[in-house]
Amino acid sequence: MEEMPRLNSKDDLNQLRRKIVGQRDLNMPFITLCSGTACHATGSDDVAAAIEAELKKQDLTEKVGVRRTGCHGFCERGPIIVIYPEEICYLNVTPEDVPEIISKTIKEKQIIDRLLYFNSETGERMVHEHDIPFYKYQTRLVFGDNLRIDPTNIEDYIALGGYRALAMVLHEMTPEEVLEEMKRANLRGRGGGGFPTGRKWETTRNASGEPKYVIVNCDEGDPGAYMDRSIMEGNPHRVLEGLTIAAYVIGAHLGFVYVRQEYPLAVSNLAIALEQAKEYGLLGEDILGSGFEFDVKVHRGAGAFVSGESSALMNAIEGKVGEPRPKYIHTSERGVWDKPSNLNNVETYATVPLILEKGADWFTSIGTEGSKGTKIFSLVGKVNNTGLVEVPMGTTLRDIIYKIGGGIGGGKKFKGVQTGGPSGGIIPEQYLDTPVDFDELTKLGSMMGSGGMIVMDEDTCIVDLARYFVDFLCDESCGKCIPCREGLKHMREILEDIVAGRGKEGDIELLKEIAGVMKKASLCALGTTAANPVLSTIRYFGDEYEAHIKEKRCPALVCKDLISYYIDPEKCIACLKCLKNCPEGAIEGEKNKTHVIDQSKCVKCGICFDVCPPKVGAVTKISGVPVPPPVPEEEREIRKGKKNRRRGGRWQ
Amino acid sequence: MAEIDLKGVDEIIDRYKGEEGVLIQLLLDIQNEFYWISPEAIARISDKMRIPKSQIYRIATFYKAMSLKPVGRHIIQVCLGTACQIRGAPKIMDRVEENLKIKEGATTPDMRFSLRRVNCLGCCAMGPVIVVDGKYHGKVTPVKVKDILEQYE
Repeated sequence: MEEMPRLNSKDDLNQLRRKIVGQRDLNMPFITLCSGTACHATGSDDVAAAIEAELKKQDLTEKVGVRRTGCHGFCERGPIIVIYPEEICYLNVTPEDVPEIISKTIKEKQIIDRLLYFNSETGERMVHEHDIPFYKYQTRLVFGDNLRIDPTNIEDYIALGGYRALAMVLHEMTPEEVLEEMKRANLRGRGGGGFPTGRKWETTRNASGEPKYVIVNCDEGDPGAYMDRSIMEGNPHRVLEGLTIAAYVIGAHLGFVYVRQEYPLAVSNLAIALEQAKEYGLLGEDILGSGFEFDVKVHRGAGAFVSGESSALMNAIEGKVGEPRPKYIHTSERGVWDKPSNLNNVETYATVPLILEKGADWFTSIGTEGSKGTKIFSLVGKVNNTGLVEVPMGTTLRDIIYKIGGGIGGGKKFKGVQTGGPSGGIIPEQYLDTPVDFDELTKLGSMMGSGGMIVMDEDTCIVDLARYFVDFLCDESCGKCIPCREGLKHMREILEDIVAGRGKEGDIELLKEIAGVMKKASLCALGTTAANPVLSTIRYFGDEYEAHIKEKRCPALVCKDLISYYIDPEKCIACLKCLKNCPEGAIEGEKNKTHVIDQSKCVKCGICFDVCPPKVGAVTKISGVPVPPPVPEEEREIRKGKKNRRRGGRWQ
Repeated sequence: MAEIDLKGVDEIIDRYKGEEGVLIQLLLDIQNEFYWISPEAIARISDKMRIPKSQIYRIATFYKAMSLKPVGRHIIQVCLGTACQIRGAPKIMDRVEENLKIKEGATTPDMRFSLRRVNCLGCCAMGPVIVVDGKYHGKVTPVKVKDILEQYE
């Protein structure tokens, strides 16, 4: 990048955009490579190095552009590359594929079939990203630019019209006008609360006390959700633009971005973005020559779920322990250092420039009555296409999970989907046609949360999952108020007993009672919502609780203390696989002799089950019934050609 | 790795001179640089920044990212985020614990491994995931655990 003089007006910005776009040769071959955290993990760095080396080798460095972008969202199939101008999309690319991609696709314009998306239902291979069902059914308003932007280059963002909304706001609108537009758009907070952003801004704007602060919440402690991270990593300027607009409306001159330090790429891309924005006159003094001044500081979070709560987060920004405080007075009136402070999450801010550019009328034309616009979900778990999904509010769970997510893998049956993170709820199959928005999910006893969507199949034990969430929240509870601290501890104890086969009559009622107290009496949202996973699972999967408590049976065959591994002598082919892999030496047998698990030695690690060839399927899990006695030594021999078959099964 | 060079601590303290509310950021820098926060480092911060030790300990014990014990040569993170959880992460954790004969949060007596549980690394497509010294191992099965651990001396 050549040295760039500061932009001092709206015209300067427009000119720069025209210049950037004009300098780009749209016919030049261009490779974009997804480099979000998930693709880093699957080897995107190695692919990038291979591309660079191969271009050099074939003497093409000057003739082919390369851009490392943020997350494309289809994490299941990363690393992903898209080759322009044809927009050829290759999935699961490895460094070994690179030489072929360069010589065939870049040089000879040939498509490599094996790297394309293969639709197993239709048998078709798809060349373009937008034809792949995962993308086809999405509406990527907020997230879509990720694949066109190198997050470390501000000019990529400007080329796509970035900072245009800010320029318009600063030069053509009063703060009141912007506020009015935001209120009309009825953008509800994407962090989970769903509070109308415009009204929140208004409260802080009208609150007495100076200075005022604006804050980005990129704490995202909800396990299984990573949309905020992907926006922050992949398109940080968009968040900064939204934040600066909020600052202008509210009259703040200092902002904070609170970002988890577990997101190193987001932290570093954000730091680069801040520096570039300052250099270009889009942050700091006299932004775009408007006279408005605004600066941003980064605060790294140190790994505490509760610190994502607004008052806790503000304590942490002050350098104190990130515990919530009572909110008799809202943080929008008295937040950081007791000054009026506006907090929104990443996705909320990222939506702001879009609303101002296209107007509130356009925005409210998308979504449902009570929830406008689109929402990004992190679709994970037992679903075929794991990834980030952006859809209009009101899209049904079924469309998200089946049309976009490609359904459940391995021929398994859908059991439930958990929305809203650890404090959300689990929604069963009969509600799959529910349109997803803030109010509908609440009605079902769950919530929108920040947009985590975790799909479960029949192999997930619901009671164990409720225990998992309670255990998580128990660790994360700050301990300040008694209902949350003690309530969670006792719920955990009861649930641990149930999954261990020590459940007793009355446990379910006791769980409900504790939940009621926690909901009423906890200090912050962590405590008041902590019982949701327990209550929603009791509501929809009561029979599973009953099975654990009364029959000491785990229907999903998960709870270690309630299951046993057993080798079906009718099916065992004596291949020695389980025997060799058993870490405890608990399996007896030899060549030609069916294997038997010594139950007294078995630690139930499940390795025998995993290694038993699927075609054979001799190792099984059983629950609620006693393990059949082992076949006597002399009957274990498998006769040549034919197995030593006995009539009838020995157990059902 | 057991000793922390106090010169390094001083350098980090100097970065934040004159700023307000920086204690968490400062401790994170020390953690990232030395992988733990020693009693000597805490004494030094207390001394130079005029912050009571009790306040520093309060923060250092509250946050998961901060460790008050020295760590081993290799750091293993086992993801127990919800997506990994339902894809069988608890079994992976069991195997790691059994292989190393330590519980999560502990370090092996020979200082070879420190074992930590993390709540989501955000690469749910690869789950269950374990990360050793920053290298991601995806779609881990209980059988693979031993082989992965054996790669690290």
